[in-house]
Amino acid sequence: MAKFTKKKDGDLPAVSTASLPDIVFMLLFFFMTVTTMKDSSLMVANTLPNASEIKKLEKKDRVIYIYVGTPTQEYQKVFGTEPKIQLNDKFANVDEIGSFILAERAKKPQELQNVLTTALKVDKEANMGLITDIKQQLREVNALKVNYTTYEGDAFNNLQ
Amino acid sequence: MPRRKGAPEVNAGSMADIAFLLLIFFLVTTTIETDAGLDRMLPPIEPPDTDVVIKQKNIFTVNINKNGQLLVEDNLMDIKDLRKSATAFLENGADGSCAYCKGKKDPSSSDNPTKAIISLKNDRETKYSTYITVQNELVGAYNDLRNREAQRLYGQDFTTMEADYLDPETPSSVRDDLKDKVKRIQDMFPQKLSEAETSTN
Repeated sequence: MAKFTKKKDGDLPAVSTASLPDIVFMLLFFFMTVTTMKDSSLMVANTLPNASEIKKLEKKDRVIYIYVGTPTQEYQKVFGTEPKIQLNDKFANVDEIGSFILAERAKKPQELQNVLTTALKVDKEANMGLITDIKQQLREVNALKVNYTTYEGDAFNNLQ
Repeated sequence: MPRRKGAPEVNAGSMADIAFLLLIFFLVTTTIETDAGLDRMLPPIEPPDTDVVIKQKNIFTVNINKNGQLLVEDNLMDIKDLRKSATAFLENGADGSCAYCKGKKDPSSSDNPTKAIISLKNDRETKYSTYITVQNELVGAYNDLRNREAQRLYGQDFTTMEADYLDPETPSSVRDDLKDKVKRIQDMFPQKLSEAETSTN
């Protein structure tokens, strides 16, 4: 009868966790591939306005970013509280935009140089005067394709 | 007695912990962001060679002042009504040559969607958020009309057709098919949104 009593001492067998590392690695690789490290830290407040009729910006390599907004707390002592332009990692004046666009354009491969989009990431508290100056600068270097980057949402939320 | 089985197996039990550690690091640092926004073309800096005479009735003027108030065709207007009146202007079709327009054919408004121009003007002190709202409503007016025609002709929205056309993951056979359709709808209601120089006072 020892044959039957033997079974009793091994109650529930433990679930094999041998494949757990595989699953975790799978997740890990997923996140590693979709991660985009930020290449420039924001030095301006950047709450974008909402809009509903938006189009997605495909292909990140064809986009040049321009940030506009009031400098964040730590920079306010030096740069004041008026909205400023941020190009890459530093503050810039309006007249530097032309040369910035040309420099960025020159960095891109030849075949992309004509299809670049300039993404304007502008804080919603900024005034149009600055934007108009930027637009004028962009026209001068023939960077005519712009994208006013916004959040998706009801545009009327902007007015409150 | 000496061991004969060779090197003992390395305990892989902590592998999961290490992987979890890495996973959590990437989870925290990840920002999955796809930027989206309003696409616009700026006018080229060189003025056109020939002066084009545009009839006043084909221009729909929108003026934003520094307080965010709208002056549309010389009348004060609430932003919420802008889309409706822009749509009405675009598909007015006063000369009767536009078969797909459902407008009122008001002789004092635009002749034809292909001739209708929306002119947007803003003050230097206009807030950016107001400007984006107005842009959104004007683009929305075009999209509404285009969607309507796309629904009638192809049974789907223009905006989804265009998004599929621009999406690089759409197979090229589908893209070629969409290209003509998108072009056709765009030609029905060409987006003529002019932005004049900002007023300084």
